[in-house]
Amino acid sequence: MGKVLSVSELKKIYEVRKTAFSLKREIIKAVDNVSFELEKGKTLGVVGESGSGKSTLARCVLLLEVPDNGTVTFLGNNLGNMGRNELKGLRKDMQIIFQDPYSSLNPRRKVYETIAEPILFHNIVPKKDVKDKVMEIFKSVGLDEDFVNKYPHEMSGGQRQRVAIGRALATDPILVIADEPVSSLDVSIQAQIVNLFIDIRESADISMLFVSHDLNVVRFISDEIMVMYKGKVLEMGQKEEVFYRPLHPYTKMLIDSIKGEFTRREGDEVQTFEGGCHYYPRCDSREMRCIKETPKLMGNKEHMVACFM
Amino acid sequence: MEPLNRDVLLNVLNLNTSFFTDAYTIQAVDGINFQIKRGEIFGLVGESGCGKTITALSIMRLVPSPGKIVNGDIIFEGKNLVQLSNKEMEKIRGNRIGMVFQEPMSSLNPVFRVGEQVDETLAIHTNLTKKEVKDKTIQLLKQVGFDEPGKKYIQYPHQLSGGQRQRILIAIAISCNPSLVIADEPTTALDVATESQILYLLKELVFRYDMSMLFITHNLNIMKRFVKRIGIMYAGRMLEQNHVEDFFEEPLHPYSRGLLDSIFRLKGNEKRLKAIPGFVPRLSELPEGCKFHPRCTFAMPKCKKEEPPIIEVKDERWVRCYLYQN
Repeated sequence: MGKVLSVSELKKIYEVRKTAFSLKREIIKAVDNVSFELEKGKTLGVVGESGSGKSTLARCVLLLEVPDNGTVTFLGNNLGNMGRNELKGLRKDMQIIFQDPYSSLNPRRKVYETIAEPILFHNIVPKKDVKDKVMEIFKSVGLDEDFVNKYPHEMSGGQRQRVAIGRALATDPILVIADEPVSSLDVSIQAQIVNLFIDIRESADISMLFVSHDLNVVRFISDEIMVMYKGKVLEMGQKEEVFYRPLHPYTKMLIDSIKGEFTRREGDEVQTFEGGCHYYPRCDSREMRCIKETPKLMGNKEHMVACFM
Repeated sequence: MEPLNRDVLLNVLNLNTSFFTDAYTIQAVDGINFQIKRGEIFGLVGESGCGKTITALSIMRLVPSPGKIVNGDIIFEGKNLVQLSNKEMEKIRGNRIGMVFQEPMSSLNPVFRVGEQVDETLAIHTNLTKKEVKDKTIQLLKQVGFDEPGKKYIQYPHQLSGGQRQRILIAIAISCNPSLVIADEPTTALDVATESQILYLLKELVFRYDMSMLFITHNLNIMKRFVKRIGIMYAGRMLEQNHVEDFFEEPLHPYSRGLLDSIFRLKGNEKRLKAIPGFVPRLSELPEGCKFHPRCTFAMPKCKKEEPPIIEVKDERWVRCYLYQN
């Protein structure tokens, strides 16, 4: 099986002022040396809490956010070296679905136009067949044909998310990046959309980068799981490995908390310091060396972990 | 009315809260009944817009205009809250009933120190002197898990993380030793790890101070480990009331079964989830009869015409569904 996407040593740094008036700037490493590969037809789930850099990573992969360091190789092309126009051609093969389908759809456009636009722009089918193609997409995302002339505000959250998914699929992409696509939906609708993702993946052989804070959702949909914390990858590997044999204390804690064990640990105040493991302040199996050295991601392709244990 | 039961702290009877606009009337909460016993945690579950928050606001008598409590009784510590004057209600709100809201960012005043915001409630409801109030606040901050309460007292909300802000709100809610705390999605805006700390804290406080709690969430996984009895809401109705263990073993209403099937359970290796078809109806366009029938796989002709009555299946387990009518 071929590699669709390969990301190596990706870094994205933001500089922010500490307070509105201060001259001191703080450096935030939103994505810090992240590398991974994604094979055709596979889904990589990225989990982490808010501020872990998972969304920034998703945006960097598509170059919606220009990374400060590292390379993104998509179908053998190094995206960083490509010109705007070359990149435009490739955009049809990589699509993104955002969390909030209300703000990601144009409110003044009928959903038909929203889905037809990328088809026309990338010349996916001859002009006379566009309508059929849109109808086919409507069907594949489970929307009735009478929805075509509706505006986003006339639809429910779940229906809007179906439109957003349809728009992403309209160009027959090879890679789909989904950034928290079910987080804003109700429980019963969440299940419908997750099922839709599973169907799409199976029918079209699409590779997917699925970003979510919900380990349960990620477990359901992914082949591989990557756990991020403060911009760093703490653990990565096959789904079964990571989920049933977690190695990193953070992953263990995440899994415990969805199993229903309450943690008492105080983890609110987290200070980052240079050179140490970022998880040190919250870790319950920390050692002295964790302050000084940052553990590297080690292990084989099946299962890698960044922890001295 | 039911006979007065000493163990029952809160008794909500046939509550109906509606919103009146020129175009239509929306019954956000319609005919809800439940009781909370002393020392018990009762959970309300439902999807967005099903009326769980409006139920909580009705109990606090804080329903925003153009909403109104149209019908029903809310008996709390022997008083009918629906009939109290605003003055009398002020003595109960924050004093006998504490409330923790979802959004810890917007529930605190950004220009006051967090300690002062805890003081405020104490100053209103108790006769303590300024010094005593401050001491009590510091003590409360310690109880909600701050190691250096004196240092936290002088900080502003923006200096605290989401979890810490929620702790402050909990301190405010329990400051006057209320007998009931209403927690409306207290952990929805928080990360998983912080969430489980806050839940731990809440449970500990309820146990230690013998409080009762109305706990509202859309997250069934939390319910399972947190509450004793559970009420399932859908489109302003309560469709089922059950003990938590029984609910997860043997849910009664078809909607409850659907909800349980659509959450991601840890066990099992299913390839797909069993999702409930269709979508949540808008409150302004509710179907006739049982509000769930368009999405229900067991729907009978009767369900389309008439709303099913409350049917008691076993002791303290009841459901609004014709499937259980003999």
